[in-house]
Amino acid sequence: MASGIKDKVVILGMGCSKFGERWESSPSDLMVEAFEECIQDAGIERNQIEAAWFGAGIDAFGVGASAMPLAIALRLNYIPVTKVENMCATGTEAFRGAVYAVASGACDIALALGVEKLKDTGYGGLPQRTRGVENDMYWPNLSAPGAFAQLATGYRAKHGLNKADLKRAMAHVSVKSHANGTKNPKAHLRRAITEEQAINAPYIAEPIGLFDCCGVSDGAACAIVTTPEIARSLGKDNRISVKALQLAVSNGTESGHESWDGSYLKTTRIATQRAYDEAGIKDPKKELSMTEVHDCFSITELVTMEDLQLADEGHAVNDVLDGKFDADGNTPCQIDGGLKCFGHPIGASGLRMIYENYLQFQGRAGDRQLADPTLGLNHNLGGFPHQNICSISIIGAYD
Amino acid sequence: MIGITAWGAYIPRARLSKQAMADANTWFDAGLKSLARGERSICNWDEDTITMAVEAGRDCLSALKDNTVASLYLASTTLPFLDRQNSVVVTEALNLDKHIRTMDISASQRAATSALISLLESNVQNNAMLVGSEHRRSKAGSRAEMLWGDAAAAVTVGSDDVVAEFLGAETRAEDFVDHYRGQDAEFDYDWEERWIRDEGFLKSVPAAVNALLDSAAISAGDITRFILPTDQARTPGAVAKKIGINVDAIVDNQITTCGVAGVAQPILLLAGVLEKSNPGDLILLVGFGQGCDALLFRATEQIENCKPLLGVAGALARRREEHNYNRFLSFNNLIERDIGKRSEADKQTFLSGYNRRKDLLTAFIGGRCRECGTVQIPKEKYCVNPECNALESQDDAIFSDKTGTVKTWTADRLTFDWSPPAYFGMVEFDGGGKLMMDFTEVEEGSIDSGSKVSMHFRIKQFDSQRGFRKYFWKASPL
Repeated sequence: MASGIKDKVVILGMGCSKFGERWESSPSDLMVEAFEECIQDAGIERNQIEAAWFGAGIDAFGVGASAMPLAIALRLNYIPVTKVENMCATGTEAFRGAVYAVASGACDIALALGVEKLKDTGYGGLPQRTRGVENDMYWPNLSAPGAFAQLATGYRAKHGLNKADLKRAMAHVSVKSHANGTKNPKAHLRRAITEEQAINAPYIAEPIGLFDCCGVSDGAACAIVTTPEIARSLGKDNRISVKALQLAVSNGTESGHESWDGSYLKTTRIATQRAYDEAGIKDPKKELSMTEVHDCFSITELVTMEDLQLADEGHAVNDVLDGKFDADGNTPCQIDGGLKCFGHPIGASGLRMIYENYLQFQGRAGDRQLADPTLGLNHNLGGFPHQNICSISIIGAYD
Repeated sequence: MIGITAWGAYIPRARLSKQAMADANTWFDAGLKSLARGERSICNWDEDTITMAVEAGRDCLSALKDNTVASLYLASTTLPFLDRQNSVVVTEALNLDKHIRTMDISASQRAATSALISLLESNVQNNAMLVGSEHRRSKAGSRAEMLWGDAAAAVTVGSDDVVAEFLGAETRAEDFVDHYRGQDAEFDYDWEERWIRDEGFLKSVPAAVNALLDSAAISAGDITRFILPTDQARTPGAVAKKIGINVDAIVDNQITTCGVAGVAQPILLLAGVLEKSNPGDLILLVGFGQGCDALLFRATEQIENCKPLLGVAGALARRREEHNYNRFLSFNNLIERDIGKRSEADKQTFLSGYNRRKDLLTAFIGGRCRECGTVQIPKEKYCVNPECNALESQDDAIFSDKTGTVKTWTADRLTFDWSPPAYFGMVEFDGGGKLMMDFTEVEEGSIDSGSKVSMHFRIKQFDSQRGFRKYFWKASPL
């Protein structure tokens, strides 16, 4: 019987570049920026890294194929480097590879780095790209907001909500994240907005408006992981460990079988329960200090609150409007601004979420520091509501 | 007895106001004011000769007892492919048997009537389908643009359940060049209307018709309905008068409701006439172009039993007003519109991959699991039912004739679409199966979760770099 990942691996150091429209920066520049912060934080030499996992989501517009871009950018010492890609859940995949490598005993110190260079397309939004030879022949040419708007119409139909009530709750999600983003110097979007602004913004994909969408950003984030024992021997007392790492990948049931009604994320529910079991969490509403969720769109965050068992089914609208996930709420969500305002460089986002846990648990989160956080959940989602990849990582103080 | 056994029709829903067309163009040609009455049918961006032919063919099949035909001919001068038999695409979209005889007929405004004669005079198997379909091409601001329309119509020929008995035909072949379209030309080049009327219609039509009436021993005064496809409003009257056909028999060319639909026009008008005919009615059908064809029919007692789902009256009535002339220009590539950088992505069709998925893409075939009964699309190796997941357990299940319910949807303004916003969403089919698919013919506010939809064969994408176009099925609100 597998014993799970809980407390087998700790984070030795982390780094994150500034996210945003980094017109002047190449993917390599972004990688180096995140890595330099990370390795200094870890307090080790580059040559102590024994293996690396490299995440980049959209090859055609980013770094190019294979693991070589990372090895070259960081001048890694001919160590094994694995390239991973799982759409917007890529960052957590890189982290999972490094953590599993250490947990297995195959190496003592491993690196995970995710990067994305999205602002080289010449237009707003994510790059227009192929979905594969066969899929391109019959899939709708759906944009990301178009895909997630489906979740809004599905959720609204399931719970019999009127358009205005759901839109107001979606607006609250974005207003909260913008408020949090103003306190994060590395965030892409650092301007507060009002509920009226969010509600009245033009539609991108009905009912998703401009302020329901996250930032499309350039950026990189990375982590160096090791065992608790090695971390202690390196003088790390305030250790942060991995409590759970779970991944659920759609098998086509949601998109092809009537058992899924389009109002929730099946993968999130499955991965979340597995993660709670792995971490030994019985009551997430009480036990979790914070969440970083994949708020690619406001509706995703709202529905995810239910899928994470932080809101009862059908009650997310009220819980959101009641402020339960605001900075001063019961379980603050996106205290760093989230994808919404920190930004969403695809390959980096999963690691950026963990980076915020790491800062918060060490009391290093500056103006946005929460009071005594100890346990955080990160929800990193790739794909579309009807067909997706969901990663859940739970990070906490190592006892 | 050989004759027509069924008919069907399709007219694009969008009807462009001729006043809007005139408003945009009379600054150049004040004469267009005289044509600014009524409306014309225009293809949506995702419609063409093939998609309209599929709709007309489907409508015609709905009136046949066994819903199938042994051959399918497609007549048009606006076939999307010059070398790839367009009629075969139509037969596959209609899920017709692969043993079917197929042919494309083109290169003249009488292509459809010539094909119809050929079918009627051959010993056809029950039934042979002829589809006329035309997505007309004309220059911006031209009279043709004001007078023409896009449409398709289908008839079947056979010997059982004949609704209009074939009494005979006559052809007069003469190279009278009223207009032409050369190999490399995008548009027609034509000559003066009055000359076409006097030296063309008024000479060759009476010659052919009189010969036909003589051989059939029928007098011109007994003709109940006289169909002369032309965009010249007064010419049918002049020709009828010359032959001795009653003025009441003249069939209107629908210039102010649909527009003259090229090769489809004689079949469309014939279908419209059959829809209103009584047993015994004598119907004279003419096709004009490099001479003319003339065909004579007599409606039988069976005429009252033929009821296509839509028909010409239904197709004319199912309309959506369009007042934006600019949109018509864009859809027909008559203006170079800025359609954004998202449109620049390569849209190559990988033909081997297309061939593998042809059952899904053209015939809209999914699967029904023999083990658990679950209906699904696409058809894959393992059954989608998580309680089953049986291997290679699925029989073909046709989805093109299914209706469904919208579960989720959006109007996407970010993604590239020829007519934004792009509507798409999850459709759950009646009888099982679901698919994330494009919608078409959606008017703002006409779609929500719970809306009922039907399936329509449409253009999915153009690959203008390689002259290819992809087709797939889309959902439309019922």
